[in-house]
Amino acid sequence: MMEDETFTDISGKAISLDCQNHSSLCREFVVSVPKVSIGKVMVYTCCVWLLAYAVFFFTENTAVLSSAIFITLVGMMLHIHFVKVDHETLLVIGSLGIQLSSSYASGRETTTFIEIGKIKDIVINEAIYMHQIIYYLCVLLKDPSEPNAVSRVVPLFQSSKPRLNCLMKVYKSCQEILSKC
Amino acid sequence: MVLKIFFPQCCNRADSGLLVGRWLSGHDSAVVLAVIHYPFIPGQVKQYIQQIQASSGVELSVLGSWSLPKEGQEGMESFLRDLSTIFPQKRWLQINREVGKTGFNCQVLQRDQNGRAIPREIKKKVEKTDGEAGGDGQKKEKKKVKKKKEEKQKEEEEKKEEEKEEEEDEEEKVIFVHYEQRKVMLSQLHPVENGVSDPKTDPPSELRQMFQSVALSQPLYFLDRYDDGPLKSTHWQSEGREASIIVELLKQSTVPLCMLLRWLLSIWTWICNIRIFSLPPLRFLSSKLSTCVQLSYRTEHMRTLSSPKRTTEHTEFMRKANMVVSVLVDMALGMLLMWWLYKDNHISMLANTLVPAADHVAKELEELLQWLMGAPAGLKMNRALDQVLGRFFLYHIHLWISYIHLMSPFIEGILWYGCLSACFGLTFALSLLSDMVALLTFHIYCFYVYGARLYCLKIYGLSSLWRLFRGKKWNVLRQRVDSCSYDLDQLFIGTLLFTVLLFLLPTTALYYLVFTLLRLVVVLFQGVLHLSVDFINSFPLFAVALRITRSYRLAEGVKFRVLCEEPGTALHLMMEINPLKSSTVVQLYRTPTYSCYPKDSWAALVKKLFVGELIYPWRHKTTKTD
Repeated sequence: MMEDETFTDISGKAISLDCQNHSSLCREFVVSVPKVSIGKVMVYTCCVWLLAYAVFFFTENTAVLSSAIFITLVGMMLHIHFVKVDHETLLVIGSLGIQLSSSYASGRETTTFIEIGKIKDIVINEAIYMHQIIYYLCVLLKDPSEPNAVSRVVPLFQSSKPRLNCLMKVYKSCQEILSKC
Repeated sequence: MVLKIFFPQCCNRADSGLLVGRWLSGHDSAVVLAVIHYPFIPGQVKQYIQQIQASSGVELSVLGSWSLPKEGQEGMESFLRDLSTIFPQKRWLQINREVGKTGFNCQVLQRDQNGRAIPREIKKKVEKTDGEAGGDGQKKEKKKVKKKKEEKQKEEEEKKEEEKEEEEDEEEKVIFVHYEQRKVMLSQLHPVENGVSDPKTDPPSELRQMFQSVALSQPLYFLDRYDDGPLKSTHWQSEGREASIIVELLKQSTVPLCMLLRWLLSIWTWICNIRIFSLPPLRFLSSKLSTCVQLSYRTEHMRTLSSPKRTTEHTEFMRKANMVVSVLVDMALGMLLMWWLYKDNHISMLANTLVPAADHVAKELEELLQWLMGAPAGLKMNRALDQVLGRFFLYHIHLWISYIHLMSPFIEGILWYGCLSACFGLTFALSLLSDMVALLTFHIYCFYVYGARLYCLKIYGLSSLWRLFRGKKWNVLRQRVDSCSYDLDQLFIGTLLFTVLLFLLPTTALYYLVFTLLRLVVVLFQGVLHLSVDFINSFPLFAVALRITRSYRLAEGVKFRVLCEEPGTALHLMMEINPLKSSTVVQLYRTPTYSCYPKDSWAALVKKLFVGELIYPWRHKTTKTD
C-alpha cells in the first residue's frame, strides 16, 4: 500500500516512505531519496571545467583540460557508487530478525541482517547533529551473555535521515510486529 | 509461536515423500535437509537415518511429509497423514503443494500423550494464544470458522472477510525460508568459531546452527539419484567435479611431497644449527640482512606446510592455502624475472652499468662536499671546522671508490650467482637487491652516522648548557629539571662552551642535513622494496580469489528476499548468502609477517631527525635496534 502523506528529511527535502505489508509477520519500509538534480550536476561540472579552463588560459597545457574531464567523470562515478544512496530498506520479519539494506544510485547494495536473538529493542533516539538536534531510529543490540545490557546501537536510515513523523510511523509498525512474537 | 522452516530449493519439485531434517534446539525452527520419496519401507528409512546420524553427528529425524500432487496418486494425503503414527514425533509437519500455486501449505500436527495426531486441537490452542490479544469473545466464532474451513477449502474466496482474516492468521504461523543447499553447505559463516564452544554458556545462534547442520550432514547427500537402492531421495547432489581425477592425483602426490619437504627442512635446520652460525657477529649480520630474514620466514612457512597433520579448522586451512598460493606465485614471478635476466645477457649489462653508476654517485658526492666546503647557498660557515669535516668525508669517499674498483671484476659473477636466488621466488631477489643497495650505499650510511652523532652531541651539549645558563640542571633520579646554584667558574666555562657550540652548530647542522637527506632517499628505496616483499608474503591471494569467484564460500551473514505473496499461503522468504567484504577478507586472512611498516608515527620520525637519533629502515617487532 502506498502512503500519500508526504515526509521530509531533516534538511527539508521531500522523501517518500513506502510500507509494504507482506504478511502480518513481515513488513518492508522503503525510504527513497529524490534523485540527483540535473542542475546540481551541471553546476559542479561547470565549476570544475571553468577552473580547468582558467588554469589552461595561463599555462596553455591541454593536459589540464583532459584531466578535468577525467576528474569529472571519475568523481561522478565514485559519487553514485559510494555516496549517493537511492533508497534504504528496512525489512522486519517477526521471529526471524531485521534486515537493513541501502542501495546506491549505481545499483550497488549493502545489506546487513540482524537476528532476532541479538535484538533488544527498536527505539527512537535523539542526537546532536551539527547545530541541531535530530531524531533517529535505532536498533539496540544485546550480548547473549548479558541480556539486560545494550551492547551496540545500530542507527537506521542513516543517509536519508527522515523527520520524526516518518520515524514514528515506522516505529509503531515495527513494534507491532516485534510484540507479536 | 511462529514456526520457521528452512527448506532447500532443490526439493521444490521433489516427488511426494518424507521430509528428513532436524529441529533446531532452543529455537522454534526446523531445517529440512532431504525428501525421501514414496515408496519406501519405514523400517529401512529409520535404519538409514540412524546410519547417517551416526556418521554425521547431526540429530536427524523425520520431520513430516511432503506431497506434490501428481496424476494417479489420489489418496496420498491421507496416507501421508497416517505416516505420522509410524514415525513418532512431537510435531509432524505436513507440507503440500497445490497445482497452479507457487506457495506451499503447511499444517502442523501435534501429538498428545496417547500418540494420536490431533491437528484440530492444536489449531485451537494456537488461537487461544492469539486470542488473548483479540479478546475472549471472538474465540467461539473462530472455532466455528475453523471447522468450516477444514471442510471446504476451495470455497474460501467466497466467504466473508472475517473468515479470510482468520485464515490468514492461522496460515501465517509458518514462515518458509528457502535456501540453496549447496551454497549453505560450502559457506563459512564469519566470524569463524574455532573449536567447539560450550553450548551451555554461549548457545550458537539460530543461523549458525542451521549452517552447521547443513554442512555436517554431508553423508546424506551421497545417495545418488541414479543409485539403485531401496530408498530414493531428493537433496543437493554434486554433478561431478571439474577435473576431479587431476585433483585426486594431486591429493595423492602431496604425501610424498610433504615427506620430501620435511627431509629437506631437517637438513636445512641441521645446517642452521651448526655452531659457527650462532657466533655473535654472524648472528647480528643475519638479523640485519633482509635475505636471511626472508629465508627464515619462508622456512617457517615450509615447516607449517609440511606438517603431517591434516587440517580441519577453517582458519588453519585458509592460512595454509594462502601460504601455498603465495609461495607458488612468488616462485612463478621469480622464474619470470630470471628468464628475463638470463635471456639477453642482461646481467652483464647490469654489472657494466653498476660500476660507472657507483663512480658517478661518488663523483657527485665529492662535488657536493666541495660545495659544502666553500660557501654553500651563501652561508658563512666556520672555515676551520668546515675544512676538517669536508676533508674527513672526502677521504672516506676515496676509500670507498678504491673499494668499488677492487670489487669491479667480481661484480658480474656475484650478480650472476645472486640472480639464481630468484628461482626461490621474487621476494628473495628483492631482498637480495635491498641488501646489495645497503652494501653499495654503505658510505652514505657512514656519513649519515658521523653527521648524526656529531649533531646529536652538539644538541645535547647545547641543551644541558642552556639549563646551566638559566641556573637549572637535569635531575636524573627524579627525571625532572631542578634549580641548582653554580659557582662563578662553572658558569663562566659553561657560558663559554655554550657560545662556542652555538656558533659551530650551523656547520655541523648543514652537513647533517645534507647527509640525512641522502640517507632518507636510500631508506625510502629500501622501504619500498621491503613493503613489496611484505606484500607478496602476506597478501591472502587464495582468500581473495575465493571471494571473487565463489563469493558464497566466505559469508558475512545472510540476506532475505520476500519471494511470493499469494493470499492464503504462508510467508515465503529466500535466504541468500551475504558475502564478506573484500577489505575484511584481506584483513582477516592476511598472513602475519614480521612487519616492516614504520612503527613510528611521522611526528616521532621528524622529532628523531631533529634531535639527531639514528633511523633505520629495518625495524622488527622483536629485535630492537641499538
